Amino acid sequence: MRNSLAALLMAFLLAAQAQDPAIEKRVATLAQELRCLVCQNQTIADSNAPLAVDLRNQIREQAAAGKSDQDILDFMVARYGDFVLYRPPFKATTVVLWAGPFLFLILGLYFLIRFVRRRRVPAPQLTDAERQRAAKLLE
Amino acid sequence: MNRALWTLGIFVALVALLAVGLRLNPREVPSPLIGKPAPHFELPLLAQPDKLFSQKDMLGKVWIMNVWASWCPPCLVEHPVVTRIAQSGMAPVVGLNYKDQRDDALPWLKRNGDPYLLNVYDLNGRIGIDYGVYGVPETYVIDQKGVIRYKHVGPLTADIVQKKVEPLVRELASAK
Repeated sequence: MRNSLAALLMAFLLAAQAQDPAIEKRVATLAQELRCLVCQNQTIADSNAPLAVDLRNQIREQAAAGKSDQDILDFMVARYGDFVLYRPPFKATTVVLWAGPFLFLILGLYFLIRFVRRRRVPAPQLTDAERQRAAKLLE
Repeated sequence: MNRALWTLGIFVALVALLAVGLRLNPREVPSPLIGKPAPHFELPLLAQPDKLFSQKDMLGKVWIMNVWASWCPPCLVEHPVVTRIAQSGMAPVVGLNYKDQRDDALPWLKRNGDPYLLNVYDLNGRIGIDYGVYGVPETYVIDQKGVIRYKHVGPLTADIVQKKVEPLVRELASAK
């Protein structure tokens, strides 16, 4: 009984904390930008893993304390690395990640062009006799 | 002939690429904390809630921090390995009891043995976040100056201890 009362109180407190719509909006936006490291292909907004819940609360607390979005993202990167960002920054270690697809696109285009050029059929060379015959047939 | 060689070459390159990819562990995320000072904490002990312990209390020693919880099956799997580290006297092992209940954690230690120098109690996982914990168990090697030198995510194995942890601890201890 006491436990359920405590749980109820906790729920009320959390609900009260979740009142500020401006902060909730920021939490939702930031949570979309961050990867849940337990379930790597989900954002912490989509995941209900305990760590994702903790990190959402962490964002909420910091947002309520007046931290900027960049401050909060920096906080996460300092602890979990660039991997936590769904849009990793462009730097030396991520060049392959960002440039790779374009490199493959260019490579693909090159091979495509080469392939198409090779298949081009040379214009038929007719002798004079053949031309006359063709002209007769077409009359 | 040339064309067949090309195709074969590309095929082999692809197979090699995929083979490497298969061997990589996607769970192993490089920690940005390596080479940085261990984040500050001051937490109550698991066994004595009225006593506080801070990472500063370990300054001057090479030590190992092991994040564990009674609800975490892999922690039980690695427990003999952690026990062996502590018993070998390689380095003191401090436990960070992560998001656990005392009523679960203390009996767990009684059942499975307590190799830890001491355990600190991180009930809400706040310190875990500061250390970038995302999958218990995790293990950190921290040097005399309080700098994190190594982090392992997931259960420790005898192989990892022998190839990574032990040589590193030895090297750090002799470097002074």
